Amino acid sequence: MNGAAGGRSALADHNNDGLSMSGQGKLLYRFASPQAFYPLAGALWPWFAAAAMVLGMAGLYIGFLVAPTDAQQGDAYRIIFIHVPAAWMSMFIYIIMAAWAGLGLVLNTRLSSMMASALAPTGAMFTFVALWTGALWGKPTWGAWWVWDARLTSELLLLFLYLGFMALHGAIDDPRRADKAAAVIALVGVVNVPIIYFSVQWWNTLHQGASVSMTAAPKMARIMLWGMLVMALSFWGYAIAATLVRVRSIILERERHSEWVARLRAA
Amino acid sequence: MKSRHKRLVLVGGGLVAVIAAVALVLSAFRQNLVFFFTPTQVVAKEAPTGRSFRIGGLVETGSVQRDAGGVTVRFVVTDTAHEIPVVFSGPLPDLFREGKGVVADGKLDTEGVFRASQVLAKHDENYMPPEAQHAVDQAQKAAQTVKP
Repeated sequence: MNGAAGGRSALADHNNDGLSMSGQGKLLYRFASPQAFYPLAGALWPWFAAAAMVLGMAGLYIGFLVAPTDAQQGDAYRIIFIHVPAAWMSMFIYIIMAAWAGLGLVLNTRLSSMMASALAPTGAMFTFVALWTGALWGKPTWGAWWVWDARLTSELLLLFLYLGFMALHGAIDDPRRADKAAAVIALVGVVNVPIIYFSVQWWNTLHQGASVSMTAAPKMARIMLWGMLVMALSFWGYAIAATLVRVRSIILERERHSEWVARLRAA
Repeated sequence: MKSRHKRLVLVGGGLVAVIAAVALVLSAFRQNLVFFFTPTQVVAKEAPTGRSFRIGGLVETGSVQRDAGGVTVRFVVTDTAHEIPVVFSGPLPDLFREGKGVVADGKLDTEGVFRASQVLAKHDENYMPPEAQHAVDQAQKAAQTVKP
């Protein structure tokens, strides 16, 4: 699978040999090579982007035009259609990012670490959107843009973890060393995710509890729930598309001295 | 042991150690992580004295009184077990309602009245259209009249 990888570093070749030796997972491992994953990502991302567009328009239509006003909050609650899916994504992307980073650390696979780096900016963006829409929602309902309760503070810490991951990765010149150092931050930060999620149960917070959970019936009208779930699917599509596009640029940048990238450039 | 397995053990072990450390820190800070104290905690003297803190609970129905000037508001915060009277001068949030959640920041004075410097509304996690809320209210009223 890596016959054309003449220009790669000795380290990279060693890794790929190590992977192709274990025969049982050939198909899975084929796309662990950046060279094989690059065209796959290129073929996949437009579909996810299109799904994000369509679902996003449907979700916003349901949220802003179909769903009724809320008995307590009137129209102010409608920011939930952006706020909650963004907050879900901010936590979920962190777990996926840490899993990729950890995989890169343990298996020494370059693509895993590239996926972690590609996910970080999208996760940070969703965290920022969750905090920002939360502030816009908090002012008219609670009466404050920001309070230092456990939910808000732990979500802010999540933003700093994303920024720390990206900053540390950017501060180290050797990309493989940067992958390893940043992976440690990513893995340590994972403990923050359950703290964010359960903060409203464990402690007294100003932030209300979860309206939607795995264990209880949703505490919102069905059409409102639909709007939120469609928006969440749209954000999923966006996150996957953005990550695939970003990982393609990272692959090109980090494999720029390899033969296949040179051939790609010549073509 | 392959180096790959060694790394897995190192990463896994490190992660377990970090989780254990965070769990210990969180359990140690448990008291300080609360955003507000309930009236029951205040009555039990668990709330700090001499410095400002937050109390949270429901605004007791029928307890809201506005002074003649209209600036100062008095109301009672309850957790259905205990009540704390609150005095506040300033703008109340839109969602401040009788029977709904509230969090007030301030100090207890010597007479046991909570002098608030900020009042925040705490809304619940239920979202429903006004007609559904009306139906729920009617059902609750009906249940209350049937009970005795």
